[in-house]
Amino acid sequence: MLGSSDFSHIGSSPATGLTTRCLIPVPRREDIHKILLIGSGPIIIGQACEFDYSGTQACKALREEGYEVVLVNSNPATIMTDPSTADRTYIEPLAWEIVAKVIERERPDAILPTLGGQTGLNLAMDLDHHGILKKFNVLMIGANPEAIAKAEERDKFKTAMEKIGLECCRGRTVRTLEDAREAMSEVGLPCVVRPSFTLGGSGSAIAYNREEFDVLARRGLDQSPISEILVEESVLGWKEYEMEVMRDLDDNVVIICSIENFDPMGIHTGDSITVAPAQTLTDKEYQRMRDASIAVIREIGVETGGSNIQFAIEPQTGRMIVIEMNPRVSRSSALASKATGFPIAKIAAKLAVGYRLHELPNDITRKTRACFEPTIDYVVTKIPRFAFEKFPEADSTLTTQMKSVGETMAIGRTFKESFQKALRGLEVGAFGFGCDPKDLWETDLQPSNGEIAAKISRPSAERVWYLRYALKAGFSISEIYDRTAIDPWFLDQLSQIVEMENELRARETLDRVDAEQMRAAKRMGFADRQLGHIFRTGELDVRRYRKQMGIQVTFKSVDTCAAEFEAHTPYFYSTYEDEDEVPDKVPGRRRIIILGGGPNRIGQGIEFDYCCCHASYALRELGIESIMVNSNPETVSTDYDTSDLLFFEPLTIEDVLNICDRVQPDGVIVQFGGQTPLNLARALWNAGVPIIGTSVDTIEAAEDREKFRVMLEQLGLHQPANGIARNMSEARTVATEVGFPALVRPSFVLGGRAMEICYDQSQFDRFVTEAFVVAEGQPVLIDRFLEDATEVDVDAIADGTRVVVAGIMEHIEEAGVHSGDSACAIPSFSLPTAVEEEIRNATVALARALQVVGLMNVQFAVKRESETFKVYVLEVNPRASRTVPFVAKATGLPIAKVAAKIMAGQTLQELGIHSQPIPMRVSVKESVFPFRKFAGVDIVLGPEMRSTGEVMGVSDRFSIAFAKSQLAAGVVLPSSKQPSGKIFVSVSKRHKHQIVTFCRRLHTMGYNLLATEGTARVLEEAQIPVHRVKKLAEGNPNLLDHLIDGDISLIVNTPSGKGARTDEGRIRAAAVQHGVPCITTIAAAEAAVSAMEALEQEDMTVEALQDRFVEGAVSYYAPTEDRTTAVS
Amino acid sequence: MATAKLALEDGTVFTGVALGAANCVEGEVCFNTSMTGYQEILTDPSYRGQIVTMTYPQIGNYGVNMEDLESQCPHLSGFVVREMSRVVSNFRAGGALNDYLQQHGVVALAGIDTRALVRHIRSKGALRGVLSSTELDDTALVQKAQASPGLVGRDLVREVVSPSDRAWAEGLSRWSDLAEHAQLASPARRPRVVALDFGMKWNIARHLYQQGCDVTIVPGTTATTESVLDHQPDGVFLSNGPGDPEPLAYAIQTIRGLLGRVPIFGICLGHQLLGLACGARTFKLKFGHRGANQPVLNLETGRVEITAQNHGFAVSDDGLPDSLEVTHRNLNDNTIAGLRHRSLPAFSVQYHPESSSGPHDSHYLFASFTAQFSA
Repeated sequence: MLGSSDFSHIGSSPATGLTTRCLIPVPRREDIHKILLIGSGPIIIGQACEFDYSGTQACKALREEGYEVVLVNSNPATIMTDPSTADRTYIEPLAWEIVAKVIERERPDAILPTLGGQTGLNLAMDLDHHGILKKFNVLMIGANPEAIAKAEERDKFKTAMEKIGLECCRGRTVRTLEDAREAMSEVGLPCVVRPSFTLGGSGSAIAYNREEFDVLARRGLDQSPISEILVEESVLGWKEYEMEVMRDLDDNVVIICSIENFDPMGIHTGDSITVAPAQTLTDKEYQRMRDASIAVIREIGVETGGSNIQFAIEPQTGRMIVIEMNPRVSRSSALASKATGFPIAKIAAKLAVGYRLHELPNDITRKTRACFEPTIDYVVTKIPRFAFEKFPEADSTLTTQMKSVGETMAIGRTFKESFQKALRGLEVGAFGFGCDPKDLWETDLQPSNGEIAAKISRPSAERVWYLRYALKAGFSISEIYDRTAIDPWFLDQLSQIVEMENELRARETLDRVDAEQMRAAKRMGFADRQLGHIFRTGELDVRRYRKQMGIQVTFKSVDTCAAEFEAHTPYFYSTYEDEDEVPDKVPGRRRIIILGGGPNRIGQGIEFDYCCCHASYALRELGIESIMVNSNPETVSTDYDTSDLLFFEPLTIEDVLNICDRVQPDGVIVQFGGQTPLNLARALWNAGVPIIGTSVDTIEAAEDREKFRVMLEQLGLHQPANGIARNMSEARTVATEVGFPALVRPSFVLGGRAMEICYDQSQFDRFVTEAFVVAEGQPVLIDRFLEDATEVDVDAIADGTRVVVAGIMEHIEEAGVHSGDSACAIPSFSLPTAVEEEIRNATVALARALQVVGLMNVQFAVKRESETFKVYVLEVNPRASRTVPFVAKATGLPIAKVAAKIMAGQTLQELGIHSQPIPMRVSVKESVFPFRKFAGVDIVLGPEMRSTGEVMGVSDRFSIAFAKSQLAAGVVLPSSKQPSGKIFVSVSKRHKHQIVTFCRRLHTMGYNLLATEGTARVLEEAQIPVHRVKKLAEGNPNLLDHLIDGDISLIVNTPSGKGARTDEGRIRAAAVQHGVPCITTIAAAEAAVSAMEALEQEDMTVEALQDRFVEGAVSYYAPTEDRTTAVS
Repeated sequence: MATAKLALEDGTVFTGVALGAANCVEGEVCFNTSMTGYQEILTDPSYRGQIVTMTYPQIGNYGVNMEDLESQCPHLSGFVVREMSRVVSNFRAGGALNDYLQQHGVVALAGIDTRALVRHIRSKGALRGVLSSTELDDTALVQKAQASPGLVGRDLVREVVSPSDRAWAEGLSRWSDLAEHAQLASPARRPRVVALDFGMKWNIARHLYQQGCDVTIVPGTTATTESVLDHQPDGVFLSNGPGDPEPLAYAIQTIRGLLGRVPIFGICLGHQLLGLACGARTFKLKFGHRGANQPVLNLETGRVEITAQNHGFAVSDDGLPDSLEVTHRNLNDNTIAGLRHRSLPAFSVQYHPESSSGPHDSHYLFASFTAQFSA
């Protein structure tokens, strides 16, 4: 309910007698009824689940107001694409041509472009440029195209800033290298090169010399969709701030949150450690920045909603510069929402339809209005999470181009506490600022002063650890400041943590730490695990010891108002204070905790957050109090109204046990948040935490290769020859038994980290060594690798007695490509019925044997051996898998919700779920990769997962569904309508015999084929015309020249040897940088050719999810036994 | 580290670390929710008789400087923070906050659960308390708190007002505006403003001066209608100040005499006094409004101003005379935030448009004031 109706008191005061505008509440807009929202598409670097969070909030907010919401997003792993979130949901590629079809079909009155990230904004601008909005009379609300252009186009922005008396960096935009050089000489070196209209600052970097400048300028011109770069003065090392601003139609403007970056200018804010609120500004300076923010949003003309404005301040003089403005909700606004409790996206949506800020209630206090500026009584720290281990060839220096894949946020009463909590929430093996297993200090690997000095001078993911080493080594604050430009206030805070550590160490044993010091340490955010490390004892011993002394955690509310008003939204963080604010358990009402997935990383992201949210929805439907624990500010799960109680906490044993102590849950769900909660399951269970669903023993049994092998044998199922090794010599023995090619991987690791296929002994030795490092004491698994097998993923739900298969996904890429990286389809497109039946039976048998309660995922490989097919079980995971949301969207069965209800005690029968749904439409899931952010990285797919996100394409036919999935993933397949496109084919020896058919089809469609010598010979022998091109080493013109000239429209290149340094690696990397689709497997090439053929005959059509699962659109698998019964 | 205690009249005692000066002081315990601006808050004379708790936990980060003062020295009784920064990081800083507190004899307490204290005040209302780093016996402190006078009925203004008239000639700090200030215009005749000082914040005077006014500050305690009019003012300003407005009969009488004879603008206590002079009543709020995020609706424009506030008393809607109209309301609790006389040139706001510390949304009021001067 909105407050507008009860707003009469303002004017009703008899004493005022004023007839004022506020007496007549401006109602919500009545001239629009149907609103189109555009999502942000797949998760990529710079655009993650924060836009699911904001889009979902917006959908809810608009529907609450009675508007019909049409949503377009290509990402199936989102809450916003759940059929119940919007009225009309289109999981379709985010290309303007496709969205135009949605508009034609739905005829929305308005489009709200400011909630779908840069993608949504760009797409809305495309629709405007192409006249679609005008043609169908669609109004752009929130921000109009002029305002967007003014904010996004550098020159316009700069002019606007000058007009209001604000300084920008000196510099200008240019479109040629020559002009760029001239601009550079104006601003001097070092200078920043920034391509226009790219995501997450993609392509921007700092040039320190002329040579670097030329390279960066060329690359920038190429990456910018409009071939434009900005060359500007460097403000490297300045203090960096962000302001989150909101404005309504009456020009009321409020600041929601200020953010101060721990890392100074020069490091993308997405890659910086950031802190809310600002810490080192006086009120005079803060208010000046506030004035500037208000002036900016007014001048740019964002009519309603939220914007993010970035400032740089010269530390010695206070000179303030406006860096940029995002005229939309952003990653930072999601952070600001979570940091303050103020729901920016929700309010932005309401403002867009005409409400004014003071007509909207503050949900948290209920009594006050949304028109105020949140004030907080804690400190928030956000730390980015990186994935450089997945891209060893990439430059890991942090620059103005964003490279992180996720983030964690922590709340504490002091910066020290929130900083240490955030470090342990990062889940990189650290439990705070040192004193943990990752700590190199006083080990053989302790860095020298020279190394420390070098490491802190170069911004990187690791720098934070070296700041501590610098303090431990006695570097002075000013010395560290000179090398890092990190504000001395922050450095002093870090120094206080190290001083506390040193004081603790001086006590030598835990029993010499008294209550006062223990409390002081806990208040600085020290984890029990860190104290255990210092005193060489277990974390649970520390826990017991401190609890005996009465040192216990307290939970405080996030309430937008620093306790000035009573808070009704139960959003909590832990700290060590006197008073606890968590409500007591309601007698008779069950409480169940869901453990979330922590920061996004490759292999564990939005899919798991989707599952956690669904678990919470399911519990609430059952009348159970749902409690979410997570540390990821980007997510829907950390929205304050997703669950009954939200604990914004790191996912560690200590933090979870603390919550359990306080809330006394009736159950804890560990199977939805990916590997993060699973890794805690054993310890939690041993500590007496009531884990519900599949038992911890089962979870471990599925991971225990020996137990697993015995079980498969008992069930009569096959697996590839395999073995387990605890050291190198064991590994070599296993290798001789298993044979080559062999698949090597560490156990208990998600996302295929350090997983490799070895074709010979030398590769094997290298990869096994690496796997042991990653395994951190756990064994390494070695399997025979099945070449050219088809991989099949199965998700199933079981309630302990019954099992229902939810989806059988046939992979497009062959086994060996990580399941998270390959494309797959529901229903399967080539598996014989008998094979599917065998897979189904095996799944049921496995679920029964493991006594699964909840979700289970099984990976199979199907290998054709002469005329028969043999089914192998590769892996069983008794937990929610990455494919759960895709299966739900493809089949219409909300399996995560069903599974949560089962864990809470319901049965499949009670829930009316009897059989596998088989949808009429074909859904194809495709993966999306961050290669464009990591120049020079080889893009070949392998057993180590490297994709960040996924998209889905749906159609009646597999080929069109595949084509849609490609378009959604940003891969624009060539079309014969532009016949100039040439297709380059170069495959490894192993694949030469497989290319003839699809190359002939390409030739038939009219494409010119290019190939290097070996491949060309194969095609010539098959009578297919082909142009030979030189290999890179053979001189010019070679393929790279063709790529640069832009006359290649598709590359098919399968790898023979992996590596960026090889010729083929360079070709693939170049293809990425030039935006040319590059297919690296034969299977995907065949699917692509089929898609291209299909597109010759028919166009892509769009269909709402709500129309897809109408009566009769899904059939159900009927078991053979039943059929026999029926016949007899 | 030395211990300090905060004892409340209801028996609650908070124990933490002693900072600032060593002493034992009484005061009404209140809280301020501003995240920046502790220096302005410390030097705001309106805090006389109060022990101020900052809700933002990390205080002192940017130190203190000589530009951001709101009066000569701190006037509050005591200062409570969660954590005091031991270093200073700001290009304008001239010293550390703790040193400043020591120099000026301010007792401070750190390390306590300030949020628990704030929640306590929120539910119980403002409480009398004793902050001490010398006497540390709980019972004695609580008794002392119970015996302390509180704010109601006390004239605290006399304790903060400078005794003599003085001319003010300082404009706004260069950090107060986006653009560099244009050189102050020197009009042929600068309109003359007499500011009745009840504990005035300097930034008010700076604003008036910046508006081109010739500002004379006179002690509100001794000023009479005649003595004010002797200055032949174009306008009279009624300043903010500490405590309860009701005991200030002398001021009310002076203002009554001035009404209709010269344009009047009042802020905070000045607003309450104007109300009282016109026949309105004031009352004590449960725990007051102290912060820089208080939304105020301007009833004439329908727009919202985010304001800085610091008051424990307010003008009551009950018994508001017909001569006054409400121009602004606090959106949080709907209390009166601005008044105007229906027939005479006099208006006032409960909040602080000079906003130091605080947002600049309401600067326009100073121009509204000078616009009323007859040319």
